[in-house]
Amino acid sequence: MNVAAPRSGLMRGLYTGYMLAFFIYLAAPLLAAAIFAFNDSQFPALPWNGFTLKWFFGREEPMIGLFYDRRLMAGLINSLWIGVIVSALSVAVGTTNAFLFERKTFPFRNALYVLMIVPLVIPGVILGISILVLSSSVANAVSDAFWWEWDFLRPGVVLVVLGQFSFLVTITTLVIAARLRKFDISLEEAALNLGASRRRVLATITLPFLAPALFSAFVVAFLVSFENFNTTLMLVGSDAPLTITMYDRVVKVGSTPVLNAVSVFLMVGSAVLALASVFAQRSRPAES
Amino acid sequence: MKSSDASRLTLILLFTPFALWIILLIILPQIGIGWLSLREKIGPREYTFGFGNYLDFFHEPIYWNTLLRTAWISVLVTVLALFIGFPVAWYIARIARRRSRAALFLMCLIPLWVSDLVRAFGWILLLRETGLVSGALQWIGFTSGPVELLYNDITVVIGMVYTVVLFMIVPLVSTLDGMDNALLEAGYNLGGSRFTVFRRIVVPYAMPGIVAGCIITFMLAAGSYLTPILLGGKNSMWFTEQIYDQYVTRSNWESGATFGVLLLVFTSAVVWLGLRLTGQSLASTVAKE
Repeated sequence: MNVAAPRSGLMRGLYTGYMLAFFIYLAAPLLAAAIFAFNDSQFPALPWNGFTLKWFFGREEPMIGLFYDRRLMAGLINSLWIGVIVSALSVAVGTTNAFLFERKTFPFRNALYVLMIVPLVIPGVILGISILVLSSSVANAVSDAFWWEWDFLRPGVVLVVLGQFSFLVTITTLVIAARLRKFDISLEEAALNLGASRRRVLATITLPFLAPALFSAFVVAFLVSFENFNTTLMLVGSDAPLTITMYDRVVKVGSTPVLNAVSVFLMVGSAVLALASVFAQRSRPAES
Repeated sequence: MKSSDASRLTLILLFTPFALWIILLIILPQIGIGWLSLREKIGPREYTFGFGNYLDFFHEPIYWNTLLRTAWISVLVTVLALFIGFPVAWYIARIARRRSRAALFLMCLIPLWVSDLVRAFGWILLLRETGLVSGALQWIGFTSGPVELLYNDITVVIGMVYTVVLFMIVPLVSTLDGMDNALLEAGYNLGGSRFTVFRRIVVPYAMPGIVAGCIITFMLAAGSYLTPILLGGKNSMWFTEQIYDQYVTRSNWESGATFGVLLLVFTSAVVWLGLRLTGQSLASTVAKE
């Protein structure tokens, strides 16, 4: 008998009912966004006119599918490569940060650790505008002093990458540091005693141990970058990523089923990546 | 001596990326908006420094009303997320069997990885005049014509709780997971009622998780942009929208920076107060995975 569970049958039933209602609440908007991607109609609303895949693969007006919509595909490709660059950078710096805070002692370590967490509690909009202000001031100063035009400091892909990087590093650092904390340092000592060089120990023992955490940090960073809106909105230039393109479409055109198709695509993509990350963390042997 | 030199070198190599990141992307930009918020334009390319922008903010009721509105809705969303999320976390951590526990937890996480935009879009399709809920209400004969359920405060709150509740559940589950049932048994054996056991044993035990969840939830709510604007419509009156408006629509960077500083000061104050009142620290709550 589980003491944590309610004692009477009625209460247990009510509790199960509550859980069910909660999961319906979680699922409802996602289902609503998903089903109308397959409705053969101009509008994402009832009545149901039959099943179609035209909102994914349609080539003719008025039903141009997601994969033939040039703006949305351009946004998708921008999101993909921005996500890959940002995640790679965040995992690299997250790894050095994890080693810094887990392995080294230095003055003000605890204060700097708190500083490392701070980006998570700064609203995304403010990270965006503050980076915009600083980069524009630098660009203006350089332009006034030397007549150089540093366009990469104006809103655009470089600033979007920097803006997302600024808070993703905290996330990757926490994920990688959690794994590094579990590492048994005597494994490294044994390898060093057996004559391996520091670099060899890192490459053959420490990094392979960290690999699942590096992978899931990369996936998490990629997903957060892909869906980020607030920071990106403030820094975006002409190469808009998918969330911005989609928001534009919602505001200017109103809802069209092609946006439901994008939603389905994003849900499937995120679910696959998230599951891959969960299994990568899990499938390591010799751990409990 | 040589090994201590090598160790110092690795320390420097590890410290450099950290320092560059924190200084260039976090500290200097924050100082930048602080400086910009103190700058007043008095003519083309002529500026003086002072608190004029802040005075403007307090003289214009619509600005500080928007901040107050953002604040109280965010607090309301946080409290609701705690009350809705706690039973769910309790069920996952303490009642569900091992197998279904992982599945339930994953089910909670999947919507987490779907963009805010998709979630808000889903709510729009459900709640607008021609939406599914309105259609269902007409079908069962509850109303005779279509009903508009979007663009009011209740909808904004429902949509925001939806967006943030998962961030409440995850830290709660990870704290409650470590609790030993023997604690509960001891409480009952000593004659504690359900309520006493909950108040004196469960809540103190779960406190780090509660604080972590509340901080993340509140920050996400106060800093959110899409959900209040898409679900609240024209009269959503949300503070991040004001910031965007000052920056992009009016190109008034000085007052946009002022609003940014105010939002940051305000949210930091709430987080600090929350940590102080519960005796927790940032490192012991938010950083716990």
